[in-house]
Parts: sequence; structure tokens; C-alpha cells
Amino acid sequence: MTQAVITPPASSTRPAGVPKPGAPSRRERASHPAWFLLPALAVLGVFFFVPTIFNFVYAFTDWSGFKSEINPVGFDNFTELAGSGTLFSSLRVTLVYALLVAIFQNVFGLVLAVLLERDNVLNRAVRAVFFVPVLMSALAVGYVFQALLKPEGALNDVLGLLVGSDVTIPWLGSTTWTIVVVALIHAWKWMGLSMLIYLAGLKTMPQDVLEAARIDGATPWKTFWTIRFPLLAPAVTFSVSTALLGSMNGFDVVQATTEGGPARTTEILNIFIYRTFGQGLFAQATTMSLVLFLMVALIAYPVIKLLRRREEVL
Amino acid sequence: MTRKLQPMVAVVLAAVFVGIPLWMVVVTAGKSQGEALEPTLALPSRWHLLDNLRAVWEQGRIPQALAGSLLVMLPAVTIVLLFGSMAAWVLARRKGRVFAFVYAAGISGIVLPPAVVTIVLLLRQLGLAGTAAGMVGVYAGIYLSTVIFFVTGFVRTIPVELEEAARIDGAGPVTVFWRVILPLLRPVLATATILICLYVWNDVFYAFFVLGGSLDTLPLNLFQVASAGLYLNNWHLIFAYVLVMSIPLLVVFVVAQRKIIAGITSGAVK
Repeated sequence: MTQAVITPPASSTRPAGVPKPGAPSRRERASHPAWFLLPALAVLGVFFFVPTIFNFVYAFTDWSGFKSEINPVGFDNFTELAGSGTLFSSLRVTLVYALLVAIFQNVFGLVLAVLLERDNVLNRAVRAVFFVPVLMSALAVGYVFQALLKPEGALNDVLGLLVGSDVTIPWLGSTTWTIVVVALIHAWKWMGLSMLIYLAGLKTMPQDVLEAARIDGATPWKTFWTIRFPLLAPAVTFSVSTALLGSMNGFDVVQATTEGGPARTTEILNIFIYRTFGQGLFAQATTMSLVLFLMVALIAYPVIKLLRRREEVL
Repeated sequence: MTRKLQPMVAVVLAAVFVGIPLWMVVVTAGKSQGEALEPTLALPSRWHLLDNLRAVWEQGRIPQALAGSLLVMLPAVTIVLLFGSMAAWVLARRKGRVFAFVYAAGISGIVLPPAVVTIVLLLRQLGLAGTAAGMVGVYAGIYLSTVIFFVTGFVRTIPVELEEAARIDGAGPVTVFWRVILPLLRPVLATATILICLYVWNDVFYAFFVLGGSLDTLPLNLFQVASAGLYLNNWHLIFAYVLVMSIPLLVVFVVAQRKIIAGITSGAVK
């Protein structure tokens, strides 16, 4: 063994089966054969990549439920959607929604994680309670909040008791604020997952650093912002990207609370896609699906890279 | 001071933010239609929970929906775990540009959204539109990336020497994978199973496109019950259905709570 390192064997003396350095060895090929990839690649190919390629093709056709032939139409679908204002309003709504969800879900998750950090029976039970919404169907969550937030609903009843007069705020009826309310509901459903991610991050903190800070007389508040929060960078990356991706692909919560209303101010891309598909306007739905694909690709990759760079600074 | 305040704050937050919404589900599911017209936090004057459950059991076709959900979820999760682990093992061990490229393509589905509309077109061409097989394939295509990503990272932490030992004893790659690697993957596969079951069990968006009413699943039938129920203000039925649908996952969670939370936390941050 040592000898081989000191005097690498000449190629003529290399025993059969030992390859040139750098090339994949026959042994490596035999012990980890590439055909193990085939089942996964076949499923991914048929059910993920081919539809994605189709997306780039059928967005430029007049495919619809009303006739059998499909003809190419160039950029007509895009110009039509842009001309009617739908394209940019849906994009804007989706972006605002994703941003709000990412902020709310992570702030709630982090606060819960810090609050429930100590490992005792009570905290474990409370963590489990906050995880229940994660398990529930998002559609069900939407209906629960639709009931709670009705003008004559339970939330207004409780507020009415607190202020002492009738409250009838139409929480899901404002063209300005409803998107914030719906984003809060989405964040409510998923905050338990962010809480777990941040709890995992808090658990892996190096105790000696925290001990040193304590001995130096740092207040808990200062320790949190100067040491613990920066050390949470990997958890932030994971939690923020999950929240962003989840909300950009969101559908259920919005469908069950507002169906995109009022006046389409909460109509995120998937709601539009679902609605137009149901109307038989397949080309328009495909076009918006392509827009969503491009938007996610353009936003998610840079964001993940940016968050990763923040980790490396540590 | 904070030591004493913390338990109280924690309990109050849980009671207000999770307790109240869940309380409303339970009390409304127990009311008569007249009482449930305006869902409030008040207790029902008389409990009609069993009547309501019986009503949604038939109207919401719960036995069929349960069967449909299982018929789709079980094969999808099995395929994703098995094919994903096979690919991840080789991707973690082999080096070179080709494998790096295949890995990048394999995990791209974590970020990139599936093309829901053209999937329907493709399934129609394959004769799989509206079938459980088509739905299984679509879920497998969506969640394989997640499994490949998590498992590849995990395999890299398993020393190759464990495989070598088996190989010297004459084991081929299939035996090594089945007997050595797969058992070691148990913790990461457990985490992946939980997350993927959660997504598939609760999914309604992809099911709308692929199944379109030709197969019952729990979320699809909830949507039907709710669409009819909202029109008629049948909140008691909507929430009875929500209750039935959430109970299986809640029971699993209560039984395996520690494992589930530990699994997700260890899988999340590496």
C-alpha cells in the first residue's frame, strides 16, 4: 500500500482491471451500474420532462377544447394575455403572494421555534399542536378560514365582544387587503414546518460559542441577533426556499377562500390555469403554465444561490 | 420572569391560533343545518355529529374516496422511494460530468413546477388520462426529485467500505443495494415517506387535471361536497367531511409523533 504511493506502478506492470487514474474504473462501473438510473429516468422523462417540453410547444398553438385540430399561432397567446392585462396582473399577484407567505411563514416559524426551544413535555406538546395544520388538507384549511372570516363569522364576533360593538369586517372581500389575509392563512398552515426546521437549526448551535457570549455578558436579545440568527443561515435557506416554492405553486388555500376574488385580486397563476383549463381554453392555460415555469426558474435559482452565499460567509 | 411567562404564552398561542379554528370545525360538524348556517364558536344545542357523518359518508362517497386515495398514494410512494433510492445510490457513488448532469436534471423537479396542462395531453395520448395509473405516474414524476435529492446526500455519508465487504463476499450490485444500502437508508426514507404521503394525500390541484372526476379521492370529494355545501350553506357537512378526512393523518401523527418530528428535523438541516 505505502509502496504503491511512493512508486506508482508503470503502466506495463499495471494489473488488469486497474484503470488509468481519472477514468471510471471497470470495477466502479460493475459495482454501481448505470442501469440503476433507468427506472427513475424513465418515470421522470415521461411524466416530467416530456410534459415540460410540450409546454414550450403548445403555448404557441391554438389548442382548445372546442376543436380537434391544433395549429401554431406564434406569440398570439402571449400578446393576447399581455394585452388584456391578465398576464401581468397574475404575475404580480403571484409574486406578492409568494413574498408575503415567505415572510409570514418564516417569521411565525422562527418565533415559535425560539419560544418552544427548550425540550420539555409542555413545549413538545405545543409543538405537536402547531404541526396539526401542516397535516391538514390545504383545501380544508381554506374552508375553515372562510367560515371564520365571514362578515358575520366567528372572528368578527370575538372582535365585537372585545370592542363592545358590532364588527362586520369583510376580511375576504377587500380588493387591497384580502391577498394579505390569504397569505396569512397559507403561512398559518405551513408555519409548523418552518418551526421544525428552525428548531433543528437551533439544536445544532455550537454550545461553546453561546457560553462564551454569556460569559462576556451579552444579553439574550443581543446573543440572538449577533450569534444565533446568523448561525441559523442553513435553516433560513431551507425554510425560505420551501415557503417561496410552495406559495408560487400555491392553489388550494386561495381556491377554498376566495377562488381568486374579489375582482381577481388574489388570482395567482395556478388559479388562472385551473379556471381557463376548465373553460376549455387549453392554449391559454398552457401559456400561463409556461409563464409560471419561467418565473419560478428565474426567481428560485438566484434566491437559493443568494441564500447559500449567506451561509458561506459564516 | 421569562421562565414563568413562557409556558403561559405558549399555551395561549396554541389555544388561540390552532385551538379556535379546530374547535370551530368540531362544533360546526356537530350542529344541525339550521344552527350551522352561520358557523360560530358556540356549542351545538344538540349534537348531530353522527347524523352529519352518516350524511357525508354517502354524499361524499367516503369509502370510494378512501379507496381511491390509497390506490393512488401507495404505489406512488413505493415507486418514488424505490426508483429514487436506486438512482440516488449510483448518483452518489459515480463521478464524472455525465452523472453530475443526470443528478442536476434529476433534482430539477424540486424547484421547477410540473407542466400540469400538457401532462393531461400526454396522458390522453398514452390512454392514461383519468386513471389511477396516470395519477401515480404524475405524482412519481413530481416527487422523485425530492427523494433523489435527500437520499443522494444521505448515501454520501455511508462509508463505501460497508459495500466493499459485501462485494468481497461475492455480492452483485442488486444484492449490495437490497441487502446493504436500502436497510441503511431507513431514516431518510422514513422522512421522505412522511412528506410525500402528506403531499399526495392532501393534493387536489394535480388531481383536478389528471383525474377530472373519474376517480374519487378524499380531497376531490371534499371539494365537491364543499362546492355544493357553500351554495347551500351546509357548513355542518363541510366540516364533518373535514373531520373525517383529517382523522387518518392525525391518528398516524399521534401514534408516531416523536418519530415524525425527529425525522423531519433531521432531514431538514444537514
